[in-house]
Amino acid sequence: MPRQVAEDLIGTVMPRTRGGERLRWLAGLLLVPGFILMFAFGQPARAADTSDPFAGLASPNFETIQNTVTALAASANPRARIVIAALADNRLFTWRWPRPDNGLFIKEQNGSFVDARTGKPIATPPFPVIRAVIVNDMVRSAISAAQGMLDLFSHSVAVRRQAAEALFEAADPDSLPLITRALAHETAPGVRALLTEAEAAARLKSPATPVAEQLAAIRLIGARDDLASRSMLASLSGASPPVAAAAAAAVKHIDRVLALWNILETVYYGLSLGSVLLLAAAGLAITFGVMGVINMAHGEIVMVGAYTTLVVQQLVAAFFPAIADWSLLLAIPAAFVVAGILGIIIEQTLIRFLYGRPLETLLATWGLSLILQQAVRSLFGPTNVDVTSPTWMSGAVQLGGLTLTLNRLWIIAFTAAVVGLLMLAFRVTRLGLAMRAVTQNRRMAAAMGIRTPIVDALTFGLGCGIAGIAGVALSQIDNVSPNLGQNYIIDSFMVVVFGGVGNLWGAVVAALILGIVNMVLEPVSGAVVAKIAVLVLLILFIQRRPRGLFPVKGRAVEA
Amino acid sequence: MMRLRDTHATITIALVIGIAVLIAFLDIGTAPNAPVHVPDFVVSLVGKYLCYAMLALAVDLVWGYAGILTLGHAAFFALGGYAMGMYLMREIGARGVYANPILPDFMVFIGWKTLPWYWYGFNHLWLALIMVALVPGVLAFVFGFLTFRSRVSGVYLSIITQALTYALMLAFFRNDMGFGGNNGMTDFKDIAGFPIDARSTEVGLMLLSALVLAAEFLLARWIVRSRFGKVLVAVRDAESRTRFLGYRPESYKLFVFVLSAVMAGIGGALYVPQVGIINPSEFSPGNSIEAVIWVALGGRGTLSGAILGAVLVNYAKTWLTSALPGLWLFALGGLFIFVTLFLPRGIVGTIAAWFDRRRRPEARAQILAKEPSAEPEAVP
Repeated sequence: MPRQVAEDLIGTVMPRTRGGERLRWLAGLLLVPGFILMFAFGQPARAADTSDPFAGLASPNFETIQNTVTALAASANPRARIVIAALADNRLFTWRWPRPDNGLFIKEQNGSFVDARTGKPIATPPFPVIRAVIVNDMVRSAISAAQGMLDLFSHSVAVRRQAAEALFEAADPDSLPLITRALAHETAPGVRALLTEAEAAARLKSPATPVAEQLAAIRLIGARDDLASRSMLASLSGASPPVAAAAAAAVKHIDRVLALWNILETVYYGLSLGSVLLLAAAGLAITFGVMGVINMAHGEIVMVGAYTTLVVQQLVAAFFPAIADWSLLLAIPAAFVVAGILGIIIEQTLIRFLYGRPLETLLATWGLSLILQQAVRSLFGPTNVDVTSPTWMSGAVQLGGLTLTLNRLWIIAFTAAVVGLLMLAFRVTRLGLAMRAVTQNRRMAAAMGIRTPIVDALTFGLGCGIAGIAGVALSQIDNVSPNLGQNYIIDSFMVVVFGGVGNLWGAVVAALILGIVNMVLEPVSGAVVAKIAVLVLLILFIQRRPRGLFPVKGRAVEA
Repeated sequence: MMRLRDTHATITIALVIGIAVLIAFLDIGTAPNAPVHVPDFVVSLVGKYLCYAMLALAVDLVWGYAGILTLGHAAFFALGGYAMGMYLMREIGARGVYANPILPDFMVFIGWKTLPWYWYGFNHLWLALIMVALVPGVLAFVFGFLTFRSRVSGVYLSIITQALTYALMLAFFRNDMGFGGNNGMTDFKDIAGFPIDARSTEVGLMLLSALVLAAEFLLARWIVRSRFGKVLVAVRDAESRTRFLGYRPESYKLFVFVLSAVMAGIGGALYVPQVGIINPSEFSPGNSIEAVIWVALGGRGTLSGAILGAVLVNYAKTWLTSALPGLWLFALGGLFIFVTLFLPRGIVGTIAAWFDRRRRPEARAQILAKEPSAEPEAVP
């Protein structure tokens, strides 16, 4: 191969040094005539006719390059994708001095060259006779637009969908032929619908489209009910009267739909916050609501549950790495047992001596909370620990105009399951029956043979166990630190007091209302002010209904 | 009717003022290298304890005698402190980092151009002093009026007082409240013309705190021993029965709650110049609950016990947090549990009961009847 010989020759004669580049260039200049001949024989000369869609790329004029890229994108040329990608990466080369064949070469990753038009490998052209096709910002933007269009023919449905969406937003009448061609190929129904909408959008922008077709396009676009279609239709206010009127009506409709989605989204966020509150408060609804024990260490029991999650996770990762992603499922019973046993110990050593003295219980359990906090701080350190989220909890689901993040969805479902099971346990189990009996009339229950001290201990243990489970869930959405509990204690008490003491349903309703009110206020006033407002509203509410939303009626209240 | 001779009060006041004067003398009157010399920082520390004792006294007045377990009294303390802090900020004048004669540094920092209306007049000490009493008083009046009228009591009351201070804490953490946000107020220069870091000012403030504490104690003592105080105890022990006898428990509670808030506010106002900073963490619910345990340790319903408890616990805190920092929360938590389980009358209450029993065995029954009952009104 004489060319390679020549290249080697230059390389030997002029080693690659700083000034060497220029000398090599000059040497190349001398060799040019020979190479011209060689190339002329090596490849058939290509006529620079106007039908060659790539010809413009060889031009030194940026505008010509830009137009060529745009035209290539709209054309169905199978090589267009590859050539434009090469251009974007500065891997497209052409003759340093224009030749009639407008030769274009692509440098592959491995350094070899192929012909841009055919993709066939060619002998490596010596550097002095070729140059990279250079681009400026204008060309670059044309390239990215072109790549977007070419994505329409990608193999991946997701890429095609994205490209169709971009076409819709561009709404360029010039892309109509492209859309038509894409529609002809497209098989995925979702992408087809998007393309039809993009076609309608492009038609709408074209002045040549008859009014009837424009109106049809508006109907089609209006049915999308999203922000992109709204802004497109809103820009039509200057069009002919019937079109502008139709567009305005469609915008109004979209606004209504968007407002609805907005409300749904607020409700969803409120539900999600409410279920977190409920989960944190469910245990308290038992210990405070049912037993009347003010457990200020409740938040710390939740924290213990969160740290149990951490320990289980590390144990599983160390001994059974295969199921590491599912360690959270193991953490739930573990946290229940750990927190429940802790609760029974607390009841036996502390609470039991303070029954009937709620204010003293409050102080003693506050002291206990300080001790638990400091104990965890000494064991695990004062900083946040890293509890990883399993893969099956990350991601999101799109539901109409709503994006539902999976971890929030899981927590809502989990809360519903926990509270449902809890209510069921109160209704159908023997322990539940005993608990209700002791709550309603302790002496009578004792007279009927229920061992009230054991029931007390188990009830308190159950409440703490539920708090531990709450800790598992909170570890997925909040920082796990020794201060975790303090952040929830006041909220939890608010939920229980708001809902009405001694009433699980009250806690459910209260938590959801508080969550939603918080989320409704938040965009208006900011998160902190929303929280303050909720607290103040609660304080005022308790003035009106000192026994909460759903007070327990009957003699128990007067006791 | 009250007796003119009151040994209990005499001893308490003599101790408070005596110790304060002694500390002051040992600081100023002795050479720095003398073995009995007290360093300057101890003077501020004692001043701080005395302010905490005012908070404890305020808590004891409402909890010990009216049965209102408030878990938000530190809010009134902090509000008084903020009123004083605003005056001290204005006193800095052009000596701040940004040298703005009107605006405090933190306002310049967040780009405010004019002083918000609620800062007007705080360059006058007299107005600040009025606000020190007025702001906590008005808040306590509004809160108490609503709460006592609707007969919220017991645990519910405790929880909403806690919510109140929590809400205030969140509010004061916000920068656009105009109270310095997270960092609060600090870098004070002088108070009423005296440089705030000078030894004489520190000693003066400490002695002033002792005097104010003694005055507050006397006032509280006078109230609880008056006819009014007897009704208050009746409300504490049997609210419904007192109401049926024709009294209005809510008015009695409201009066004592407002008075107590003002007392706490004054304590906060004296606290700020002595520690040199006020920030929103003073509102944190933990502080209020800590104040309750001071009272519980010293003796609920004894007044002097509140002072003793505040000083003891805070002295232990100062000592433990520097000697064994990891142990302090264990100790405090253990104290809560120990006092509620084993020392329900507190130190002063236990000693008083013991003395009385020795002196007059026949009066034992009477004393026991006077003890604050564990839970006056049944709470569901």
